[in-house]
Amino acid sequence: MEIQLKLNGRPVRDSIDADTLLIDFVRAHGCASVKRGCETSNCGLCTVLLDGKPVLSCSVLAARADGHEVQTLEGLQAEAEEFVAFIADQGAEQCGFCNPGYVMNTIALLRENPDPTDDEIRAYLAGNLCRCSGYEGQLRGIRAFLSARNQAKEGQDRG
Amino acid sequence: MAELKTVGKPMRKKDAMNLLLGKPAFVEDVTPRDCLVVKVLRSPHAHALIRSIKTDIAMKVPGMVAIFTYKDVPHNRYTNAGQTYPEPSPHDRLILDQRVRFVGDAVAILAGETEKAVDKAMKLIKVDYEVLPAVLDPHTAKDNPILVHPEEDWEALCPVGADNKRNLVASETCGEGDVEDVLAHCDVVVDHVWHTKACQQAMMETFRTYTEIDPYGRLHVVSSTQIVFHVRRILAIALGIPKSKIHVEKPRIGGGFGAKQTSVSEIYPAFVTWKTGRAARIVYTRQECQIAGSPRHEMEVHVRLGADKNGKIRALDVYTLSNSGAYSEHGPTTVGLSGHKSIPLYTGSLEAFRFAYDVVYTNVQAAGAYRGYGATQGIFAVESAVNELADRLGIDPVRLREQNMVREGMIMPAYYNEPANACALDRCMARCKELFHWDEKFPVRDMGNGKVRAAGVAMAMQGSGISGVDVGSATVKLSDDGSYNLIIGAADMGTGCDTILAQMVAECMDCDLDNVEVFGADSDASPYDSGSYASSTTYVTGKAVEKACEQLKGQLCTLAAESLGCTSADLEFTGKAVRRCDGTGEISLADLAIKSQCSNNTAVQATASHSSPVSPPPFMVGMVEIELDKETGSVTVLDYKAVVDCGTPINPNLARVQTEGGIVQGIGMALYENVTYSDKGRILEDSLMQYKIPTRLDMGHLQVEFESSYEPTGPFGAKSIGEIVINTPSPALAQAVYRASGVWVRKLPITPEKILLGMRANGQ
Repeated sequence: MEIQLKLNGRPVRDSIDADTLLIDFVRAHGCASVKRGCETSNCGLCTVLLDGKPVLSCSVLAARADGHEVQTLEGLQAEAEEFVAFIADQGAEQCGFCNPGYVMNTIALLRENPDPTDDEIRAYLAGNLCRCSGYEGQLRGIRAFLSARNQAKEGQDRG
Repeated sequence: MAELKTVGKPMRKKDAMNLLLGKPAFVEDVTPRDCLVVKVLRSPHAHALIRSIKTDIAMKVPGMVAIFTYKDVPHNRYTNAGQTYPEPSPHDRLILDQRVRFVGDAVAILAGETEKAVDKAMKLIKVDYEVLPAVLDPHTAKDNPILVHPEEDWEALCPVGADNKRNLVASETCGEGDVEDVLAHCDVVVDHVWHTKACQQAMMETFRTYTEIDPYGRLHVVSSTQIVFHVRRILAIALGIPKSKIHVEKPRIGGGFGAKQTSVSEIYPAFVTWKTGRAARIVYTRQECQIAGSPRHEMEVHVRLGADKNGKIRALDVYTLSNSGAYSEHGPTTVGLSGHKSIPLYTGSLEAFRFAYDVVYTNVQAAGAYRGYGATQGIFAVESAVNELADRLGIDPVRLREQNMVREGMIMPAYYNEPANACALDRCMARCKELFHWDEKFPVRDMGNGKVRAAGVAMAMQGSGISGVDVGSATVKLSDDGSYNLIIGAADMGTGCDTILAQMVAECMDCDLDNVEVFGADSDASPYDSGSYASSTTYVTGKAVEKACEQLKGQLCTLAAESLGCTSADLEFTGKAVRRCDGTGEISLADLAIKSQCSNNTAVQATASHSSPVSPPPFMVGMVEIELDKETGSVTVLDYKAVVDCGTPINPNLARVQTEGGIVQGIGMALYENVTYSDKGRILEDSLMQYKIPTRLDMGHLQVEFESSYEPTGPFGAKSIGEIVINTPSPALAQAVYRASGVWVRKLPITPEKILLGMRANGQ
C-alpha cells in the first residue's frame, strides 16, 4: 500500500506492506536512533512522536502514520541538546542504547509540563527501561537542567 | 605525589553527547542493511535426538538462500565462553548438533534475502525428534543415568573436576583448618541453604552480529561483544579455519554485564557468510535472549556458619551446587567466586573454612557470565547467614560485622592467601551507618496503617581482573598535531572505559583529555587484550596504559635529543614539549610530531601489556530501608545507601553511575526477576512482560559515596568497580524483609507471595 507522511519535517511517500511497523519504516528511512529492545511494548526504546504525542513505534503500524507527522530524535536534535548535556555531565548516558527513547519521552514531558517534580518525571518516564544507569543519574541530569533553566529565567526576570 | 589534573575528576564520557543524541553507533546502525537475514530454528524439547530434518520445502520460499543443519557443520567441539585459552570451560558444543539439549537449542540456521522469507521458511522445516527423558533438576543431575553430554569427543582442556559421564562440569573442595572440629565447639551454628535464580542480564541491546568477506577473503565480524580476541579464537575453532582468516571488531555496545563475554550470536552469521560468501546479520529477539542467552548460574549455596555467643565468627563451611545448564560456559569458574569472594569478608576472626562445589549439566538454557559472576550468589548466602546469626544472638548486624570483618593488611586465606593491601571496608561501614542513620532505621517501625518499615545491611567484595591469567594492553602514539591516539582491545560497553583509560593517558602525558583520541576494539588493529570482563579494565588495562605512556615519553626524549643536539638523559618531558633540563632549548610536541613523520627512525608509538599476579578486591557496604505491606506482602524500597572502596575512583561520576546501576540490577534480582520452567523445561519468563526488570518507580532513592583506599599495584591506586555493585541488595533486602515480616526468604526472588505464605505459616 501507498503511504504519505511527514518524517522529521520532510514529506515521505512510500509503498509498504500493510503489516509494516512504524519502527521498521522509520529505521528504513534513515532514523537509526529508533531502537528495538523487546517485542512486547515494555521497554520504551522505540518512542517517537506521532503528531507531537509520544508513541511506541513498535506497536504502531506504519499505515497508521499515513497523513500524519512523525518525529524521531534525528529531527529534534536542537531541542534535545538543551538538556542532554546535563545528563552527560552525570555520566548517566552509559551504553546509550535506551537514550533516544527516553530523550524523546523527556521532550514530550517537558512540552506538556515544563517544570515537573521528581515524582512527575519518574511517573512520566516509567515506561522507559534502562539497565545500566539505575535511573538516578538520569533524574539528576534532568533536575540539573531544570534548575539551570529556572535560574536563568529568574535572572532574566530580575534583569 | 603531584596533584592529579584529570584522574579522579568527573569528566564527561567522550561519546556521551553522540549517544544521547541517538547518532548511529551500534551494530545495526553502522553495518549495511543490504545483507542476508539470519535466524535460528530452535528446539521445542529439552532433550531430543533429531531423527530427520527436511528443508527442501522451506528452501522453495522465494528469497531463501541457505538452510544449514547438523549435517552441514564441522565436527569440532568448542566452547562459547570468552576466556583465556585453554578455556576452563570444557569443549562441549557443535555449531549444530543432532542432539538438542534444552528448549531453545539451535536446530537449523536459516539465511534469506528478507526477514519475511526466513520467517516463512522457518515454519516449513520439518523436524522429526526422538524425544528423550531430560535432566531438569540440578539436585539429581550428578551421576544421573541420563547424560546431557554422552559424546566421546567431549573434552575438558583444564583439570577442573569435569566428567561428562557424570553430568559434571566441575567439582572441587578446598579449605584451611579443621572446620568440623571448630563447628563442633561453636556456641551457635547457622545452617541453611540459599537459592538464586538464572537471572538475565537484560542489556537493552540484544545479541547481534554482522559478518562479511573482506577484500582479502577474510571473515570480517562486527559484533556487540566484550571480547573481540576471544571471539576470533572461538570462531576459528568452531569453523575449523585459521585465526588469521578472521577479523573481529566491536562498535558501541548496548550493554553487556557479562552476557557478551560469551560468543552467543557470532557463529550463526559467521557460518552463513563463510559458506555462502554473502554478508549476513543476526539480531536476537528479546525472547531469544531470555531462552537462549547466557544468564547467571542458578546456585544453591549451603552455608554452615559457626560463632561463639559473643559474635565471634569462627568457622564457615560453604557448599555450592551450580547449574550450568546444557553447556559448560563459565561453569567451572563462576562457582569458585561463590566461596572465594564471600568467605574472605570474615578473615578478621575466622579459624577454619571449607569450600566445596559441584557444577552440573542439566537440560535447561546454558548459563554464562553475569556481573558478580558467582560472588553475587555466594554473598547472598554468606551475608544472609551472618544476618541470621546477628538475629539469633541479638547483636546489631553492623556491630557483628565490625567485630569480624577483613581489615587492611590482613592475609586472606580463603582468597588464595592474597593480602588486603588496600581495604577501607571498616570506613565504608562507618560512613554508611552514618549516612543511612542506621541506629534510627534498623529498629522495626509499625506505621500504624498496616505497613511496617525496616532495614537491612550487607557487605561485599569482588576481584580486579583474573590474576596471573588475563592480559591488558594499550598502544599510545603521538599524532600529527601533538595529540595522542590510544588504541585498546578492551571493550567499552557503556561503562566508560574508553574515557577512563584516556584520562590516564592525559594524566601521564600531562595534557587535556581532549588531546587523547581512543580507538577500540579491533582484533587486527588493537594490541592483544583479553577483553572487558572480570572487573579488569581499569585495573589491568589501566596499568598497561601507564606503562605505555612511560615508554612513549622515553621515545619522545630520544627523538628530541637528535633535534636539540644532546642525549636524552639531558632532557625532560613537560607535557607540551621536551626541553633541556638546563633550560637552553626545547622542542614542542607538534614539532616533534612533524619531525617523526619525515626522515625518522625512532617510533613514537608505544605498546605495553600488563598482567597482574594479584586481584585486589574492592569492598562495599549497602544498607536498605523498605516498607512492607502486611496485608499483601508487597515490598517498597524506600532508600538505598552504599559506600564503596574501589581504591582511587578514576572518574567519580562513572563510578557512581556504575554503583547505582548495579544496585538497581541487584534489587531486580532480589525482588522481581524470576526464572521458572514448565514441567517440560520451557522458561516461562521469556519476555520483558514476564521477566520484570526494575523501572524507575521500583528502586526508591539511591545515594552512593566512596571511601578511597590506595591499591599499590593498580594505576593511580585504582581497583575495580564494575561487578561488586550488584552484590549487596539480595542479602540486605532479605534481612529487611525478615525484620518487617518475621520471614526469612532464602530462595530468590523475594515475592509478596513468599512473604505472605511465610507469615501465615508463622501464624501471623
